[in-house]
Amino acid sequence: MSDEVTEKMRAIIAEQAVLDPSEVSMDATLDDLGIDSLGLVEAVFAIEEEFDVQVPFNANDPQDSQFDISNVQSMVNAVKQLVAAKPA
Amino acid sequence: MRRVVITGQGAINALGHSAGETCAAMREGRNGIGRLHFRDVERLSIQIGGQVRDYDPATRFSRQQLSLYDPNTQFALIAAAEAMAQSGLKIDDALAPRTGVVMGNSGGGLQTIDENYRTVYEEGKNRVHPFVIPRLMNNAAASHISMTYGLKGPTYTVSTACASSNHAMGQAFETIKLGNADAMLTGGSESMLVFGGIKAWEGLRVMSRDACRPFSKNRNGMVQGEGAAVFVFEEYEHARARGAEILAEVTGFAMSSDASDIVMPSREGAVRAMRGALRSAGADASKVGYINAHGTGTAANDRSECAAVREVFGAHADELMISATKSMHGHLIGGTGAVELLACIMALREGVIAPTIGYELPDPDCDLDVVPNEARDADVSLVLSNAFAFGGLNAVLALQRV
Repeated sequence: MSDEVTEKMRAIIAEQAVLDPSEVSMDATLDDLGIDSLGLVEAVFAIEEEFDVQVPFNANDPQDSQFDISNVQSMVNAVKQLVAAKPA
Repeated sequence: MRRVVITGQGAINALGHSAGETCAAMREGRNGIGRLHFRDVERLSIQIGGQVRDYDPATRFSRQQLSLYDPNTQFALIAAAEAMAQSGLKIDDALAPRTGVVMGNSGGGLQTIDENYRTVYEEGKNRVHPFVIPRLMNNAAASHISMTYGLKGPTYTVSTACASSNHAMGQAFETIKLGNADAMLTGGSESMLVFGGIKAWEGLRVMSRDACRPFSKNRNGMVQGEGAAVFVFEEYEHARARGAEILAEVTGFAMSSDASDIVMPSREGAVRAMRGALRSAGADASKVGYINAHGTGTAANDRSECAAVREVFGAHADELMISATKSMHGHLIGGTGAVELLACIMALREGVIAPTIGYELPDPDCDLDVVPNEARDADVSLVLSNAFAFGGLNAVLALQRV
């Protein structure tokens, strides 16, 4: 079930959580991983750099953003949509 | 009347990575100024400075910390850690709200600004790292010191160019004296040694291409430095009650403004600041044994400062010693007064007067005992530390042996 986007996302999140990518499970939440608001903002930056996309994330109201940060899987799904929507 | 003493000191700068290394270098009259090493330095006409050497941030801080710490903050935290360790101060629930931080700084996180301007202007990228703002803000160093040690009292940053540290330490002194805190971490930090920082200074044509030679007839300008020094200021009875080692007592502080020119110093403003510090200390001018000069190595400052000293001290000007340690560590701008306070404390505690190195030719306009080139043993009990900033803002501290 693993793919390139998933592996890159796990690496980005693992970096913020100071974990090995293998320790980042797909159903883990940011709280589970100990990633605070600054860590999330830094992860969003890393995602934009890695995939050359614009992440629709508003730090003022993360729950209301179009970018679903419920858990690792939801973020991976969101990134896949952003990548697919990129102009060819 | 509450008295204020110094119970800890820490530093990192071109002369060393600790207060001890810095003072050892000052005793030896060692020169910390050399060729600058950073990106695009070959495009500068000024290529020397007092850069912190052999410094690897990764050995001091985690990756997470470094993503938030501009070198300006790194230097401040390294100096604060040394000062806190020496003081032995334990921050408990009672002391936390009674302990604050006042730091001097001028350029903020200038390396962060420089790097990110490059990213958007030179490289044409449209995205910068999310922590640019918390890294570059002028109060970042003071805030990180406060967070690291849980200090919840008055905390802020003072920015008065080259006098920032002296103004900051003066505020810390008065905060304790007035009863608004029992201890304060105070000093200053600066990290301007980066392409954009030096390029901006080049424009003023006040920088030397070869050396900082304060008071020497052939002086030809200032040389930039970088780093930080931090001190633990503490109320005297508080320090005594816990058996802390007292390094020196801060007994006076005064400020003045020239209200005349944005860059040219004024003798009159310097005179009022030195006289004010003596009055604040309740001390007679004839008791001053040593002055750590502002001594930048520019034609204008050194001439004006020496004339001011003559006016304040009269015949005693020929008895006291005055030296400019910027000749060794460079001008740390917002951090300079803090590093220079180390020389004042060394004079009081160890009886060693730091020299003015690079001194080659006497200047009739600077005919004071500037302790040329070699440190000297001397017994002094009252010292002044001068800082006279661009913008005409002056701040002088008086320290005494306890």
